[in-house]
Amino acid sequence: MATGTAVAPRPAQRLSRVLQPTVVVYLALVLLLVAGSILVGVRGGVLLDQGGILNILTRSTALGLVAIGQTMVILTGKLDLSVAYLIGLCSLIGAETMAGDPGMIVPAVLLTLACAAGVGLVNGLVITKLKVNAFIATLGTALIIRGYLESAYSGPAGEVPRAFQHLGYARIGPIPVSALLMVALAALAWWYLMRTKGGYHVYAVGGDEEVARFSGIRTDRTIIKVHVLCAVAAGLAGLFLASRLGSGAPWVGVDAGYDLESIAAVVLGGTLLAGGRGGVAGTIGGVLILATLDTIFDDLGVTPFFKDVVRGAVLIVAVALYARRRGALR
Amino acid sequence: MTETLPATGKTRRIRLADGTGPVLAVLAVLLVALAFAGPAYSEPAGYLALLKRAAPLMILAIGQYFVIVSGGFDLSVGSLVTAEVVIAARLIDGDEGATVWVIPLLLATGALVGLVNGLITTRLLVPSFIVTLGMLLVLDGAVFLWTGGSPRGALSEAFRVVGREGFEVPLLGAVPWSVLLLAALVVAAVVFMRGGTGRTLVAIGDNETSVLLGGGRVERLRTLAFVLSGVSAAIAAILLGGFAGVSAQVGDGLEFRVITAVVLGGVVLGGGRGSVVAAMAGALTLEALFSLLNLLGVAGGLESAVQGVIIIAAVAYASVGRIPFRTRRST
Repeated sequence: MATGTAVAPRPAQRLSRVLQPTVVVYLALVLLLVAGSILVGVRGGVLLDQGGILNILTRSTALGLVAIGQTMVILTGKLDLSVAYLIGLCSLIGAETMAGDPGMIVPAVLLTLACAAGVGLVNGLVITKLKVNAFIATLGTALIIRGYLESAYSGPAGEVPRAFQHLGYARIGPIPVSALLMVALAALAWWYLMRTKGGYHVYAVGGDEEVARFSGIRTDRTIIKVHVLCAVAAGLAGLFLASRLGSGAPWVGVDAGYDLESIAAVVLGGTLLAGGRGGVAGTIGGVLILATLDTIFDDLGVTPFFKDVVRGAVLIVAVALYARRRGALR
Repeated sequence: MTETLPATGKTRRIRLADGTGPVLAVLAVLLVALAFAGPAYSEPAGYLALLKRAAPLMILAIGQYFVIVSGGFDLSVGSLVTAEVVIAARLIDGDEGATVWVIPLLLATGALVGLVNGLITTRLLVPSFIVTLGMLLVLDGAVFLWTGGSPRGALSEAFRVVGREGFEVPLLGAVPWSVLLLAALVVAAVVFMRGGTGRTLVAIGDNETSVLLGGGRVERLRTLAFVLSGVSAAIAAILLGGFAGVSAQVGDGLEFRVITAVVLGGVVLGGGRGSVVAAMAGALTLEALFSLLNLLGVAGGLESAVQGVIIIAAVAYASVGRIPFRTRRST
C-alpha cells in the first residue's frame, strides 16, 4: 500500500521513525506489566515474582527465536509460513541424532541447523528463481514437511542427553540461560540489520524490490539469505523445545501455532507487513507482550479460549494504531 | 447471459489467458484418471458424489476469490465455518422448527463477520492478513468460550437436507441439493463478475489508486468482497454441517486449503488477475486429486505433501517465463 514517497529515507531520519513504534511497544509492555500486577495483586498473587518472571521469559524464548527470523523475512516484504512444521522437524532431527549420547550434541546441533538452512534455501530459491509468491511457496514447503512428519512419525521420538536438557532448564537467578541466548541472538540480528550493508539491503528490498534491484542490490540473494536465516532461527527454536521436552515432537511447533503467532508478534512489534520498516527490537517487545498476556491470564485463571479472543483483538487494535500513526506522519 | 456454464468458462479463458487453461486441463486429466482408477466413476453418480464433496470448498473458493482478486486475504473462513456449525447445533438443538430462523441467522452472522473484516481493513487501514488472522483467533476463542470447550446440541433433519439429500433426475439419478445450490451460485458469481461491480473489483486488485482516481468506490467494494466471503463461509458451513455433522474440527485448515484452491485456479495473490470459474475449477481439481489419491491408496501423510508440491508447481508454472510487469506484495 506504500505510495511512491516511501523510498528509503536517510539513515538518521529512518532511525527516528523506526524507533517510534518500538518505544510504543515497550511502553505498552510496561503498562501491561503494571496493570497485570495490580489485577493479579487484587486476587492475592504476585505477577513478577521469581516464578512469574521465569514463566514470561520461558514462554518468550521459543516464540522469540522464531520471531527474530520472521522479522527479517517480513522486512523484505515476504512471509514464512513453514516455520511451525520446520520447528517440529528440527526437534526430531536433533533428538534422534543425539539419541541420549552427550558426545553427539555438537554434531546433532550442526546437522539440525544445516537441515533447517536447507529448507530455508529451498524457500528462498522457489521464491526468487521460480517467482512463486512467498505465501504460496512457504505454505507449500510447510505442507511437504507436514506430509513427511505425518507419514514418518506418530509421536515423540529420539532422546536428548541430560547435558543438553540443561540448556532448556539452567538459569541464573530468575533468568533462564536460554532466554539470554535468545536476547543475544536478537542483539546480533539488530546489529546485522542496522549496522551492516546486508541489513540495509534487507530494508531496501522491503521498501521497493524493483527500485532496490535498479539500485544495484542483488535482491534475489538478499531474499534467499533472510529465508535461510529465518529457517535457522526456527531450527534453534526446535532445538530449544527438544531440550525442554527431552525428546523430539513432530507437532510441537504446529500445536503452538508458531507460524501465525510469530507473524503476529512481528506485526505487534511495529514491523510493517508489507516490508521495509520495523526491526527486531520491536519484535522482542511484541513477543514479551504476548507472553505477559498469557502469564497474566494463567495467574487470573482465565479459560484459554478467552486468551485467543484478547490476543486477536490486541493484534488488530495495535496494527490499527500503527496505521493511524503512519497516516498522520505523512 | 443465456450461455451454459462450460461455454462461459471457455470465453473467459480466451479473454483471461492466465492460469485458466492449465487448471482446466489438469482437471480434465484427473477426471479421466478417476474413471480408470475407480469403478464408481464409470457413471454420473460417481462424479455427482465428487461434486457434492467438493461443493463446500468450491463455494468457499467463490468467496475467497472476491477477496483475493481485490488484493486481500481472508484467513478467517476456516474458523468462521467451525463457528457457524457450532452455533447452528447449539441454537437448533434437535428442534425442527428452529431451522427456519437459524439459517437466515447464520447467513447474517457470516455477513456481519465479513463486514467487520472489511471495515477494519478499509477504514482502519490494517492489512487484511492481520485483520482476518485476528478474526480467526477471536472466532476460535469466542465459540469455545460460549460452548465451554466442546460443541453441544444437534442439527435438525431439515437443516441437514441440503448437505446430505438429493432429488431424482431422469438419466442422472439422484442429484444432491448441494450441486444444484452450487450451480446457482456459480451462475450468480459469473453474472456478478461480468457486471460493472465485478470488473471494478478486479481493477481494484490491479491498481487501487487508479480506480480511486477514476471515481470508483474502492472502500465499499473491498468491504463487499469480505462480506461475500463471510456469506460463502456461512453457506459452506450449512453444507458441511449437513454432510459431516457437528464437530469442532470441521473448519480446520480450510482457510489455507481454499487459498490453495484459488491460487491453483490461476488467480494471482495480490489481486487483479484470474477468473471466478477458474478459482472454482481449482477447488474441484484439489478435491478430485484427493479422491484420486484415496483411490490409489496413498496414505494421508503424502496427501498434504502432494498438495504442497502442486501449489508450488502451479504457481511456478504460471509465473516462470512470463515477465512480471509489476512486483506483487503478499499483503
